[in-house]
Amino acid sequence: MSRYRIDADDIQFAAEFLEAPVGYHSPGLQRVLNVLRGSGPQGKYVLIVKEPYRRWGLGRLPGRRGAGVEIIPDVEFTDLDEAEREIFRRRWKDATGNDLSL
Amino acid sequence: MLKIVGYADAISVRPGGRIKVMVSCPGTNRFRAEVRRIIQGDVNPEGPGYRDEPVGIDLGGPFPGRIQPIHTGSYVEVGRCGPAASLESFTIALMTAPSMPGAGRQTLACHRDPETGAGFSLHLDDDGRARLEVGNGNGDEAGVCSGSVMLPQHWYLVVASYDAASATLQIEQQPLRRYAGVPDRGAATLQAPTAAFTPAGAHVSLLIGAESSSTAPICSPFNGRIDSPRLYRAVIGADAVWEGLTRPSPDRRLIASWDFSLQMTTQEVVDRSPNRLNGKVVNLPARAVTGFRWTGECVDWTQRPEHYSAIHFHDDDLYDAGWDADIEFAIPSNLKSGVYAVRLVDDTVAETDVGPTDEYFVIFCVRPAAGASNSRVAFLMPTASYMAYANHRLGLDVPGTETGMGRAIELSPHHLYLQEHPEVGLSFYEVHNDGSGVFHSSRLRPIVDMQPKVQGWLGGRGSGLWQFNADTHILGWLETTGEDFDVLTDEDLHAEGLASLGGYRTVVTGTHPEYYSAAMLDALQAFVDGGGRLMYLGGNGFYWRISYSPSSPGAIELRRSESGIRPWEPGAGNYYHSFTGEYGGLWRRNGRPPNQLAGVGMTSQGFDVSSPYVRTDASSDPRAAFVFEGVEASVIGGFGLSGGGAAGLELDRADLAQGTPPHALVLASSERHTDVYLMTPEDMLDPTPDMSGTQSPLIRADLVFFETPGGGAVFSTGSIAWAGAMAWADYDNEIARISSNVLRRFVDPAPFDPPPRQDGQT
Repeated sequence: MSRYRIDADDIQFAAEFLEAPVGYHSPGLQRVLNVLRGSGPQGKYVLIVKEPYRRWGLGRLPGRRGAGVEIIPDVEFTDLDEAEREIFRRRWKDATGNDLSL
Repeated sequence: MLKIVGYADAISVRPGGRIKVMVSCPGTNRFRAEVRRIIQGDVNPEGPGYRDEPVGIDLGGPFPGRIQPIHTGSYVEVGRCGPAASLESFTIALMTAPSMPGAGRQTLACHRDPETGAGFSLHLDDDGRARLEVGNGNGDEAGVCSGSVMLPQHWYLVVASYDAASATLQIEQQPLRRYAGVPDRGAATLQAPTAAFTPAGAHVSLLIGAESSSTAPICSPFNGRIDSPRLYRAVIGADAVWEGLTRPSPDRRLIASWDFSLQMTTQEVVDRSPNRLNGKVVNLPARAVTGFRWTGECVDWTQRPEHYSAIHFHDDDLYDAGWDADIEFAIPSNLKSGVYAVRLVDDTVAETDVGPTDEYFVIFCVRPAAGASNSRVAFLMPTASYMAYANHRLGLDVPGTETGMGRAIELSPHHLYLQEHPEVGLSFYEVHNDGSGVFHSSRLRPIVDMQPKVQGWLGGRGSGLWQFNADTHILGWLETTGEDFDVLTDEDLHAEGLASLGGYRTVVTGTHPEYYSAAMLDALQAFVDGGGRLMYLGGNGFYWRISYSPSSPGAIELRRSESGIRPWEPGAGNYYHSFTGEYGGLWRRNGRPPNQLAGVGMTSQGFDVSSPYVRTDASSDPRAAFVFEGVEASVIGGFGLSGGGAAGLELDRADLAQGTPPHALVLASSERHTDVYLMTPEDMLDPTPDMSGTQSPLIRADLVFFETPGGGAVFSTGSIAWAGAMAWADYDNEIARISSNVLRRFVDPAPFDPPPRQDGQT
């Protein structure tokens, strides 16, 4: 959980993320990710394994034990980096109100 | 969603022993079952390929599938109620510190016949107010409420009575601490129009912390602490009750006076009154927790048990799911020692079409028949750590998990089942519904993450395996070595001590043997001291102290006292285990850091990507020549199924100050990790902004070797990801080769010579 507020200067870190979503990040990107990845649990985006190591759907956590995970229809990934990028874009919009223009 | 789940009554058996398997089928009405030996459980296409094999034990079947429910919630059951079954006037009184007042009706104490309604129930109502209800069994009921909502975590005296002569109910709720303007004190009196109370019969149990109904064995379970409940055969005022609680003296009006501070290591509940209406706790509530008399002057319940007269009940406590057995079979005398599973399969699905939701593996260990093994190697299956993580919900409940993983949470079918079925019980990584830490874990319930083929959240990018399935990378490697090996579990090590390791030259650990009882640690240390060889192929091992219950088989306890990477803390004063009276927490804080046994100890964790090791000058020391035979590279392990490197996930470092032997050789170290790797709280005494993976020199895995005085030796990788690197390229790589080199030398009976004395003398 982070109280950092993402602003327009962080667009450079979004570009860095889209280039390499997993692994070593600059301190600036790490700070952005602490906000975006640290959200939830209610509404948190998660991947739903449709076929192990091959196909994933997208869902959102209910944030309450016993409740079902919301499945977002018509979204499927066959590449984990692509899934990371899509989740990042959705969270960026949730956090800033704007589509990520990259 | 899983169609089948199950569990066994045993985790470890010898040939001739029997196992029962309990099954519930939420998704099919028919299942088949077979026994298979588990060889390698990773189904990642980048990995060496899943392998198991049938062993030809006929279990019968197909079997009819049915749903077997689980009822959570802990309570005290007093089965023999004596004079309580013939009451006329009465008073029920207790101290309570509720943790979730207002979260629905929660029972404090009741003796009520669920069929007729006769008896009484003292509870918190939906709003969190103390309320007494009575019934006469003829359909007449009456209730009286304190009218005031309790504050969470605050102690209250609750006194409720019924006067038979006047059919009058009274209730009083008094806070021990008062706040200006906070109306949490209340009292009320109600005269019933008719005689409203008849006691429940002698066949009805008196329950503390829950109620039962004709449709469910556990209803309205309580969340919070209850202390010193008492039952009187007369109407007693609150002042007299308080006098009796604080200055105990004989009182002939007392029918029962339950003292939870007695026999806290057991499941027994003692009534101090002459009636001895003793009971038992059900579903492992937390005992040895601070009561209303606790002052803070002593934090060890064994010294001042009277300060620990409370029990903390939770609506999600679970010990034994208590299902009926569907399968029972004997282990054949010729079955080799190994890791096995009863594989349960939806029988409406053809074998060629079986997917992840159609099958379920109930894991167990088969040890060799006593005296029948010639194996030189034992794989020590870290079942205490499997139980510690059993059904853990880190990816479901904890937002920061994704931050620590550095990548998105993936939910497999068993995770989706866990999310919708929290009744399968919690792990040491959760808090209860009321926010308090989970002190107990049990294997007498489905453990959906203790299976082959499943992914976890913490296993790093790649295969993402954790605990049991990650350990199958080690099982698969052992198969490639051609070395015959036996398997035993933590429970065997705990129960039998050093004798369980008799005859073995080398013990191989799992990837993450984090949770150790004192008896386990003693046995492994004695094995090494006596000339045994230890291959610690993991990270963050030997970290937390746990206790096995002497009276509840298959249950362990943990109090995360004072320090360590911990998802909760046990609450002030609750540092000592109830099962044994041991001081809980890190072994490091108990004077036995992991470094003493293994040469390395926990230093950091991160769950995104892993790193290679870089060899040191010490790797050229002749003492370690056997380790690197055939390995020329100076940078090793830049690959793997657990984060893409051999050093990762959880890391250990050598540290003389923590007990690493001074002659230990640090053969290689990882040199850089991402910034999701952070230092541990126990090392992070004064936090500064340089304590993450790209900056702190403490954040590294050290590969360590040292000889022991008894001619034995220890080889430690200090990394959970090591096994995932062994399995890379079908076990044909330098990490697997190093491991095999070590194993070959470690099974050689030739003693390890002590290293040259550092002062040059001989």
